[in-house]
Amino acid sequence: MDGAPETPRSGQPPSDASPASAKSAASAVARPASEQPLDTPVPERLGEWRPAEDVIQVVRSPQPGATRGTWRAFRETARGLRTVFGQILRGPTTVQYPEEKVPVFPRFRGRHKLHRFEDIPHNGAQAGLEKCVGCSLCAAACPADCIRVVAAENTPENRVSAGERYAAVYEINLAQCIFCGYCEAACPFDAITMGHDYELSDYDREDLIFTKEMLLAEAIERTPLRNEDE
Amino acid sequence: MLLATVDYAEDWWIQVIKAIIIFAIALQLVPIVLIAERKLLGRMQNRYGPNRVGPFGMLQPLADILKLLTKEQFRPTTSVGVLFALAPVISILTACAAFAIIPFGDTQNIFGTEVGLYGIDVSIGPLYLFACGAIAFYGIMLGGWSSGSKYSFLGSMRGAAQLISYEVSQGLALVGVIVTAQTLSLTQIVHAQTGMWFFIPQFVGFLIFLVAGFAETNRAPFDLTEADAELVGGYNTEYGGGRFASYYFAEYLNVLVVAGVVATIFLGGWLLPFGIHPPGWVDPFVVLAKMAIVTFLFIWARATLPRLRYDQLMSFGWKVLLPLATLNALVTAIVVVATD
Repeated sequence: MDGAPETPRSGQPPSDASPASAKSAASAVARPASEQPLDTPVPERLGEWRPAEDVIQVVRSPQPGATRGTWRAFRETARGLRTVFGQILRGPTTVQYPEEKVPVFPRFRGRHKLHRFEDIPHNGAQAGLEKCVGCSLCAAACPADCIRVVAAENTPENRVSAGERYAAVYEINLAQCIFCGYCEAACPFDAITMGHDYELSDYDREDLIFTKEMLLAEAIERTPLRNEDE
Repeated sequence: MLLATVDYAEDWWIQVIKAIIIFAIALQLVPIVLIAERKLLGRMQNRYGPNRVGPFGMLQPLADILKLLTKEQFRPTTSVGVLFALAPVISILTACAAFAIIPFGDTQNIFGTEVGLYGIDVSIGPLYLFACGAIAFYGIMLGGWSSGSKYSFLGSMRGAAQLISYEVSQGLALVGVIVTAQTLSLTQIVHAQTGMWFFIPQFVGFLIFLVAGFAETNRAPFDLTEADAELVGGYNTEYGGGRFASYYFAEYLNVLVVAGVVATIFLGGWLLPFGIHPPGWVDPFVVLAKMAIVTFLFIWARATLPRLRYDQLMSFGWKVLLPLATLNALVTAIVVVATD
């Protein structure tokens, strides 16, 4: 007949169910005095490991009574209400997108641009020639396989680029592009760079295939650039 | 046996005109509450809220309601036809009926005729209100049950349990006021607050009534009946179009009714503090301003508090609100008898 109040510990040796253990349960840190101290070397303790002795005992702080609990709930509710009211005074943080735009960083990777040589001739080339020589390194580097380059020979009558060949067809399918910037990194002539335009939605998938003329054309800067101090 | 009397009754034609005017005002207030709620919720969450339709987005409720009313009236095959159509009507009817007893002012002399600025001044004011509130739950329960959907059914079951749990405390919260004012007529209760508004001596009752009002109108944090996250809308899951609009409308009208009752019973109705006595035509605006304050409390609580779990709702209603309300009524009664 063990009518003594059962302690919350399970797996306790029955010899230990004594008033002493009840006392230790009251103090909620249940470690019988016969237990080895914690500074015993680990292998020894592991060797003596018995299941159900490492049951984690939850030590709860005293719960507030009905009155204090009600008061605490009321107080915390009031605190929450105050916090929410404070947010009204803080004002909205919304960016009204089509009207206001978040400025982009200078190295933001948006829609691509193809470049021509400007007034400074480079490598004996003349101004106005395309930088792209149709080498297809960008297409090779592209992980999304969205660049298509068809190269053609430059002739003295029809000189398009500064190199031997030029890109007769240069298409980027922006519906496939992942804007990783590898094409920019792969290009040996800096002919292709990433621009700042990210507003690229359209009604047809075909319209998202940008041709060489579109990529060479002067881009409309629709997105504000972030200043240095921003 | 006389059960109830009407304290002040005008000619029948005045009553018809009054009914039309009050109904029109109530209809105008609902979209205002709608847009105010969405705007305020937005501000409380650091965003703008609707601001595209009309100036400052003020026509958003109009667009919403127009959209709902032009939608197809869909009825699930498992539903019970008559009740499915009737339930939103019950909801909106009781909400409108409850609006009738809110006094917007004292009896005024308009063009030589004495007119009370309220729908009707019954001698059983709060009881009428609770009767309307109890019938309003038939709208929710029948709607949920007749939809033939488990979500709707669960929502309406919760609604029924919630009604029982909170109407008791709501009624008991008013006992303190009634004992102090020694009348059940709402206009007489307002007159009894000439010296001091009841929300000061009856602050606990005020809080209990407000919290029970949140539950009564199925608003957050007691919107278990709707519980969008788990019951996909609760009792109105299967409703769409005009019927859903009716439920929506009834919900906001109920908010206004509770706001009006709180303003009348605890915030001194049309009275102004510091002994200011404006001319009679100001009274309705005073009441409307006080209703706006209480409505703001509704929106504020909705923006702050998360939805209660079902057992929390029950234990809060029975273990906290009911003992508090009983204690409040008891203490008030003792104080009233002792100081009499």
